[in-house]
Amino acid sequence: MKTFLKRGYTFLIFFFLYAPILVLIIYSFNDSKSRAHWTGFTLKWYKALFNDQYILNALYNTISIAVFSALIATVIGTMAAIGIHAMKKFPKLIVMNITYLPVLNPDIVTGISMMLLFIFIKLPLGYLSLLLAHITFNIPYVILSVLPKLKQLNKYTLEAALDLGATPFYAYRKVVLPQIKSGIFTGFLLAFTLSIDDFVISFFNTGSGVSNVAITIYSMARRGINPEINALLTIMFIGVLILLLIINKRMTETDLFNK
Amino acid sequence: MKKSLSLGVVLLLVAGILLGGCGSDPKNTITVYNWGDYIDKSILNSFEKEYGIKVIYEEFATNEDMYIKIKAGGSSYDVAIPSDYMIKRMINEDMLHKIDFTNVPNYKYIDERFKNLGFDPNNEYSVPYMWGTVGILYNKTMVDEPVDSWKILWDEKYAGQILMLDSQRDSIGITLKMLGYSLNTKNINELEEAKIKLMEQKPLVLAYVGDEVKDKMIGGEAALAVVWSGDAVFMKRENPDLEYVIPKEGSNIWYDSIVIPKTSKNKEAAEKFINYLCDPEIAYINADYIGYSTPHTEAVKRLPEEITGDKTLYPGPDDLANSEVFEDLADFLPEYARIWTEVLAK
Repeated sequence: MKTFLKRGYTFLIFFFLYAPILVLIIYSFNDSKSRAHWTGFTLKWYKALFNDQYILNALYNTISIAVFSALIATVIGTMAAIGIHAMKKFPKLIVMNITYLPVLNPDIVTGISMMLLFIFIKLPLGYLSLLLAHITFNIPYVILSVLPKLKQLNKYTLEAALDLGATPFYAYRKVVLPQIKSGIFTGFLLAFTLSIDDFVISFFNTGSGVSNVAITIYSMARRGINPEINALLTIMFIGVLILLLIINKRMTETDLFNK
Repeated sequence: MKKSLSLGVVLLLVAGILLGGCGSDPKNTITVYNWGDYIDKSILNSFEKEYGIKVIYEEFATNEDMYIKIKAGGSSYDVAIPSDYMIKRMINEDMLHKIDFTNVPNYKYIDERFKNLGFDPNNEYSVPYMWGTVGILYNKTMVDEPVDSWKILWDEKYAGQILMLDSQRDSIGITLKMLGYSLNTKNINELEEAKIKLMEQKPLVLAYVGDEVKDKMIGGEAALAVVWSGDAVFMKRENPDLEYVIPKEGSNIWYDSIVIPKTSKNKEAAEKFINYLCDPEIAYINADYIGYSTPHTEAVKRLPEEITGDKTLYPGPDDLANSEVFEDLADFLPEYARIWTEVLAK
């Protein structure tokens, strides 16, 4: 009885997590444009999706912006975290508060203020401004996921490496980086996801026809969401699923190898 | 593994620079700013082919979003399609170019009914694109009396079967209409009266909805709903038990019109594009795709009889006798927002 309850509870949690996605996937195969009726199985929304240059462009922008902004923010954020970690107590406090501020700031404030900045420095709104905006809001998240790892570090390992003749750069690369690797990876993934998710900041900082998936979906609000979007999200979901499976498989393989 | 990973990253970077970096000649491009899913996109391609002008196309979700982007002036929009009250506001704030109608000869096809509208009384700034109304959609199997008045939305017989729009101007507007006032009123007593009515109605309302009204009405979850005419046609097609009516007290009639913002750097090409949208064949293709009411006389002639004969989309002037267009409320808008918040919070 107890295990039944336990399993039932777990099932309920996963049901509520995945039921919406399941519904979305099912309706991407629905012949009718309405979600109230099931009128038959079709692949026409997938066909329409692959012929819709506008949505495909939006998808391309979403993914490329997510990859580049996450990569660049990870590099900058990791360096910043190492720097902050080495600071004295008081300056560290100030810099950490400055880091927290953009995280707590509402998106709309960040979005509009960045737009005004770009207009002020006469940078035309478009792909570059969108990328810069995403890098900017991603950096604090990377810093915040790398710092705890640095705090856990045994500081004597770095000192030992330096004592044994390693250059500072070599020591960081061979001693510190491998130990904070998981924090960097978490930061990267977090930045990647946030970038894909973001609508508000993107909306205000794009222009010249550069759109992403979030903007495309949101702008359909008045006319109703086109089922092509269901098809697109299904593909994205399966893409992420496959990516996760590959990563998991790789990880278990390296674990076995290490043993 | 490390090598293949870094190789992948480099490939992605190169691809990004190649694809993301394509620039375009600003003299021969126009940027069009439109509602989401609100044009047959093949029209953009055929325009590019015919005139050799590249179209950069962007979408927005609300008039207010569009206003902020154009007002900020970060990108040079050449053509935009806002709604009535927003056009008025943009004219007042000197954000629009006057259109040179000698470059838009196809303007002659626009129905005279849709010229000299309140928001652009001398036809200087805008060309009507689509129009529609707000009305009651009801399920014939659940409502057996004739529906012709907003009052039915206050009938206790239909408690728990009424869907209202989650939109302050629309919901307060129809209440004002029911009370016999203007939906643009700036009289605070009339507004307070509408507030009391909306609060009385609240226990009868199943939900205040947005886009999901379509699924609920098609699925027969409610008997009565306040909807836009363009959506009503879609719902009637999916569920033949549904019928749409514009109540006798009058309603809101809305327009989305094409304008040229002052951010435009290529006004002549923008006028070519507007003229192209008003081409009879193109206007027909577009109206057929969008499914809203077109103000274009030739497009109406080409549409099938079953669409143009349907009073949902093409009501006669009599049906619209008491209807009004939204005006820009400017400083008075916060009062509407306050009333709506108080109703929802009750």
